[in-house]
Amino acid sequence: MWDTLKLILLGLTALIAALAANWGHDLAYQVHAVLIMLIAAGLFVWQVGQVGERHPAVDASGYADDVIRAGVIATGFWGIVGFLVGVVIALQLAYPALNFDWGQPYTNFGRLRPLHTSAVIFAFGGNALIMSSFYIVQRTSGTRLWGGNLAWFVFWGYNLFIVLAATGYVLGSTQSKEYAEPEWYVDLWLTIVWVAFLAVYMGTIFNRRERHIYVANWFLLSFIITVAMLHVVNNISIPVSIWGSKSVQVFAGVQDAMVQWWYGHNAVGFFLTAGFLGMMYYFVPKQANRPIYSYKLSIIHFWALIFLYIWAGPHHLHYTALPDWASTLGMVFSVILWMPSWGGMINGLMTLQGAWDKLRTDPIIRMMVISLAFYGMSTFEGPMMSIRAVNSLSHYTDWTIGHVHSGALGWNGLITFAVLYFLTPRLWGRKEMHSMPAINWHFWLATIGIVLYAASMWVTGILEGLMWREVDSQGFLVNSFADTVEAKYPMYVVRALGGVLYLAGAGIMAWNMWMTIRGGARAAAPVGVPAE
Amino acid sequence: MMEGRTDRDPVTGTETTGHDWDGIQELNTPLPRWWLWTFYLTIVWGIGYCIAYPAWPLIDRATAGLLGYSTRAEVEAQIAKVDARNAEVAARLASADLATLERDDPAYHYGVAGGAAVFRAHCSQCHGAGAAGALGYPNLLDDDWLWGGTLDAIAATVRHGIRNDTDDDARWSEMPAYGEFLEVEQIAAATEFVLQLSGQAHDAQLAASGAVVFADECASCHMESGTGDRENGAPDLTDAIWLYGGSRESIIESITNSRFGVMPAWGPRLDEVEIKAVTLYVHQLGGGE
Repeated sequence: MWDTLKLILLGLTALIAALAANWGHDLAYQVHAVLIMLIAAGLFVWQVGQVGERHPAVDASGYADDVIRAGVIATGFWGIVGFLVGVVIALQLAYPALNFDWGQPYTNFGRLRPLHTSAVIFAFGGNALIMSSFYIVQRTSGTRLWGGNLAWFVFWGYNLFIVLAATGYVLGSTQSKEYAEPEWYVDLWLTIVWVAFLAVYMGTIFNRRERHIYVANWFLLSFIITVAMLHVVNNISIPVSIWGSKSVQVFAGVQDAMVQWWYGHNAVGFFLTAGFLGMMYYFVPKQANRPIYSYKLSIIHFWALIFLYIWAGPHHLHYTALPDWASTLGMVFSVILWMPSWGGMINGLMTLQGAWDKLRTDPIIRMMVISLAFYGMSTFEGPMMSIRAVNSLSHYTDWTIGHVHSGALGWNGLITFAVLYFLTPRLWGRKEMHSMPAINWHFWLATIGIVLYAASMWVTGILEGLMWREVDSQGFLVNSFADTVEAKYPMYVVRALGGVLYLAGAGIMAWNMWMTIRGGARAAAPVGVPAE
Repeated sequence: MMEGRTDRDPVTGTETTGHDWDGIQELNTPLPRWWLWTFYLTIVWGIGYCIAYPAWPLIDRATAGLLGYSTRAEVEAQIAKVDARNAEVAARLASADLATLERDDPAYHYGVAGGAAVFRAHCSQCHGAGAAGALGYPNLLDDDWLWGGTLDAIAATVRHGIRNDTDDDARWSEMPAYGEFLEVEQIAAATEFVLQLSGQAHDAQLAASGAVVFADECASCHMESGTGDRENGAPDLTDAIWLYGGSRESIIESITNSRFGVMPAWGPRLDEVEIKAVTLYVHQLGGGE
């Protein structure tokens, strides 16, 4: 019965996709239709082959870790892709000639930039969140993932969403909303996948054998639910045609901007903060082998964080058509958010009390600590930049880019690397990572890369902010825009160099993961493992 | 799972909550005091800020705040302050005749400084931040003018623009694309003659036949001498200054396909004082007549 239903669904999907490929109005839509047709038709043929076969019983006794193994590989892969595109666009900003004529319009900065942001946030970060949440929820609930193969649907469905989004940008399909660029049909697909993700996660929690729900799961659940809400509301739009990718937003003008930044800021708040705090709350105590510092702090800062974050969006729209009252509220909630954000940093860092010596010997702990330090720094910098007077200098400048990257490269990147180093040997049954010195190299390359990135963007951001507002004694502008661009050039080169270092570190990690998975663990005495 | 059994962590001596997930326990450490008080402090500050500034939405408006602050009023006040300070000299510039304005007059300096700001905001995108132009965009630093370099001529160009379809008084001329009705050989010959005019290396024999083509087709605008005509914006072909390049290839392309440089009319976007100011600025860059 279920097999027949699957066949009908796959067959219909392939048929409709074939029609869509034929009638599609634009290139991105047609390419996507062909892609979906091929996938659906392939699955259909495979499914037909399965009919009547006797399926070997799946061992459903232990944890469902196959999908997590796939997630670990996907995270590493998309990380490299995202960082590489980031380096390319950083170089394009420093050397505009790299917007090659032969690549137009597909490889210009305007199309590669969303490719970079979506690849790092949603592909790298999203896969990291999905696979680590599957790992965490099973272990802290003492039960197998709920829903059988639904977890596989989430994994493949989410990665299909990423491929559709990424190819769409390059082929010119975008609804021009930052971090929400994919067009309507890609949004609908993500909604389906996300509901399945929520179902797997909630189902597993309902089946838990522990009486209490561990704090990591509070954060992960708030991430899944809030992202669903943000995604649906910000993407309400009407397709111009069912056979084309273009759609029209239902919100207009300043309302559209407000909804967009309510979404955009909470993508940072719930995807990159709450979700990754969930990772932190499991992997830091596991790696340090210490109890969480304060249960009370975790409760208070969790509720304060999720209550306050959702209001902070308007600080992206200071000094615009947005009314002053909304701007004030955005700023006030952002400043009050400072301590709740730091609650996570305190709980993470102080969990190491009694284990500080591991900083000397365990590069994974070191990554986690630097990650939390960058988390603390950017969650202080953020509230500060949300203050109207500071924002009047910082807004639209590279300072914002530096701020985002100290959070993304420092906090999200390093904690994800640490989690990958934690999971890879465990999931493939190896004693430890193939090379400890390589982790150390990765740590230093990444850290120096982040420092170069953040410092160069502080310099250019404040420099261009001051140059834009510089007026002479009679109130006349002193600099033209091109003057500010010219002044920033050396720092753009430094920024690109920082990106290259960061990418190099991730390359070393990919090699290290590959060697670990292949099983080439060294027989020699491990380096940098603490004496027990 | 050790429900209900609280324990002490041997390292810190702190009580645990008794929960245990996959080996993770929790200490029952109280909230750090500095954290809590800083949190309270930001909340108190936030309440105070919301009372002082516009903050809470009501049915048809929002609370205005005790300070009566608004970002719009703030920027208007700042602009008004600058305007008030400049009122006298701005009025003097507005009523001045640019041709007779003395160089040591404060209105002259005000105009040049203000014109420079107008230039940076509106003109530098094409003519360059330093006004040196680029391929297809005239250099404003030299004394080679297409449409005239007097104050009046510059002001007219700024106000009405060139070859745009938004201003009926835009400066207008259109060189034919000779590729449509001259033979390739004729264009090549004319090119050699133009190279000769501008004192560059050329094929003398071809240039001689090119002179005939030039006299027939080009001289009506560029003049027989090739020195151009400002009435038609026809460039001087005898000097070393080239808007679209003076190489053989560039000249062949210009003759074959023609060129059609457009400049917007700034009259609708700049006020009279700004047009005067930017005129003064461009005029004093080096080539003003």
